[in-house]
Amino acid sequence: MEPLEIAQKIRERFPDQVIGMEEHRDQVGVIVRKDRIVELLRWLHDDPALQFNHLADLCGVDYLGKKEVRFEVVYNLYSIPLQHGIRIRAQVPEDDCRIDSVTSIWMGANWHERECYDLFGITFDGHPDLRRILLPEGWEGHPLRKDYPLDGGGKNWSGYDEVVEKSKKLRKYDFYGTYQDPTKKTGIEDARE
Amino acid sequence: MLENKAQLRLVKNDEATHEPYTIAMGPQHPATHGVLKLDLELDGETVLECKPTVGFLHRGVEKLAENLSYAQTLPLTDRLDYIASMANNVAYSIAVEKLLGIEVPLRAKYIRTIVMEMARLTGHLLWLATHALDIGAMTVFLYCFRERENLLDMFEEICGARLTTSYTCIGGVRQDVTGHFLESLYAFTEDFPSKIKEYETLIDKNRIWLKRTQNVGVVSAEDAVSLGLTGPTLRGSGVDYDVRKHMPYDAYPYVEFEVPIGSKGDVYDRYRCRMEEMHQSNSIIRQCIEALPTGPIRAADAPDLVMPYGAQKKVVADATFSSGIIKLMQDNERYIEGDVYVAAEVPKGELGFYFVSDGKGVPYRMHIRSPSYIHIGALSFLCKGQMVADVIAIIGSVDVVLGECDR
Repeated sequence: MEPLEIAQKIRERFPDQVIGMEEHRDQVGVIVRKDRIVELLRWLHDDPALQFNHLADLCGVDYLGKKEVRFEVVYNLYSIPLQHGIRIRAQVPEDDCRIDSVTSIWMGANWHERECYDLFGITFDGHPDLRRILLPEGWEGHPLRKDYPLDGGGKNWSGYDEVVEKSKKLRKYDFYGTYQDPTKKTGIEDARE
Repeated sequence: MLENKAQLRLVKNDEATHEPYTIAMGPQHPATHGVLKLDLELDGETVLECKPTVGFLHRGVEKLAENLSYAQTLPLTDRLDYIASMANNVAYSIAVEKLLGIEVPLRAKYIRTIVMEMARLTGHLLWLATHALDIGAMTVFLYCFRERENLLDMFEEICGARLTTSYTCIGGVRQDVTGHFLESLYAFTEDFPSKIKEYETLIDKNRIWLKRTQNVGVVSAEDAVSLGLTGPTLRGSGVDYDVRKHMPYDAYPYVEFEVPIGSKGDVYDRYRCRMEEMHQSNSIIRQCIEALPTGPIRAADAPDLVMPYGAQKKVVADATFSSGIIKLMQDNERYIEGDVYVAAEVPKGELGFYFVSDGKGVPYRMHIRSPSYIHIGALSFLCKGQMVADVIAIIGSVDVVLGECDR
C-alpha cells in the first residue's frame, strides 16, 4: 500500500487524533496526538491490511523554539509481509512530558524507549524497566535536548570524582602481594612513583 | 568425624544450588566482544535473568552530528561498527542523499556495492573467527584472519586506510578504483568459495560444534520480529527480511542474489545463514566487477558536499578553509525542511539513519538505529533459561559490536 493511502486510512480511523501529514522524498509522516497512541499503534500492528509488525526505529526529537509543542516521539514502522512503511510522529508537550509505552506491542521497543528517556527525559508510562541506559545513573540533564550545551556545560559527572579517587587508590595497590619482600624496591615501583 | 564433615559439606552444597546468586560478566571479558556487562542471576548453572548494561563506549555521535556538516559526520560513522566501516559509510551516504535528493552516478553505485559486500565479508569473517574461538575452535580464528587480511589490504589500496575508511562521500565515492584493485579482488573471489569450504570442514559437522550450537538460544519467528532483530539473526528464525531486497539501494536492484534463511532460529541456523551469505556476497562482488560501467564517480550537482578537488580546490583555498566550507554549507538550495528514515543492510542487520532537516547545512537531528543496540536488548530474552556456557554462544551468534551499540 502507498504511504499516502495508509495515512488516509489512519485519518479515517482516528479523525480526532491526527493533526497533520508531512511528505518528504516519498516518505509520509503522520503527526498525531499522544493520548491514544497505544491504541493507534496496536491497530496498525494488528490490522490485516496493514500488519506493521516491524518497529524499525523509535526516537525523540526536540523542537525547542521551532514548534509550539516541544517534543516529538517518532515511530518508524515497516511491514515485513506487505512491504510498506509509515512514520508516526506523536507530539509530547514540555509541561506534560510523558507518553504511553508501546512495549506491549513490540518487545523491542523496550531499549528504544529507555534511550529516549535517557537522552530526552520523556517518561514512558507502563514501561517495565525505565532507567538510564547510555549514561550512568546520577547524570544531570538530558544531552540531546537543544538547551543542553555541546560541551556539557563544563560540569563533571557527579560520579567522576569517585572514579578518580578509586583509580588513585588502585595505583598504590600491591599487585605482587606477599611474593615480594616489601623492603626491597623493584624497578617497576620506582617507575610508578 | 570425617564422615560428619563430608556430610556437612554436602548439605551446604545442596543448599547453595537452590539459592540464586548473581555474577557480573564483563565489562572486561573476552567473550563479550567489547565493553558489554551482563549481570547474570543464576540458579546453579541455569540463567534465571540476564541484565545487559551498555554505554561504556558512549561518545554522543548523535549530539556531535547536530553540530557538524553532513560531510563532516561521515568519519564518525567509521567508529560505529569499526570492523566493517565501509558499510556504515555507504549507509550514511545513501541516507543523506535521500534527504537532499541527490542522484548518484551508476559507476559509484557499483563501486559502493562492491565495498559494501567486501565489508560484509570482513564482518562475517571476524564474526566467525571470534564466535568459533569463544566456543573453543581455535584454528578457525587463524584461517579467517588470513582472508580478512587480504580484504583489508584491498581497502588500503583503494582509500589508504584499513579500518577507518571514510571511503564514500555524499554523492559518490572519494576515489576511483584501479585496475589492479579489480584484478586482485576478482582473483580473491575466485579463490574464496574454496576457503569457505575449508572453514566448513573444520566446524560444520564437528560434534562439539553441533552440541554447542544446535537447539541453543532458540527464538521463534514471531518473537524475533517483535524483538526487532534484523539481519542474519532474524533470518535464522525463518523470516525473509533483507533491506537489500525490500528497500533496494545502490546497485542491488541490478545484481542477482538469494537471501538465505534458516528454520529453527537457534545458534546453528544463524551460523549457517552467515556462511551462506558469504557465498552470496562473493557472487555479488563478481557480478559487480563484471558489469562495472564507466563514467563519473561523483554526482556533479552536490559540489559542496564532496571533498573539494580540482577546480573547486582553488575556490576553497582562496577563502580561509573553515569559513569557505561554512559559506558553501549555507548557500546550497538543496537544504530543505523535511525528515527521512533510510536503512541499509550492514553485516549486523538493519542500520538506519533518521534525519530531520530544518533547511540548514547541518542536520537538525540525526538518529542512528543501530542493530547491535537492539540485539543486545534482546539478549535478556534469548538467555533466559539457558546455561551459562550457552550465554557465550548466544552473544557470538547475535554478532554485536559495542561501538555501534553505544554510539
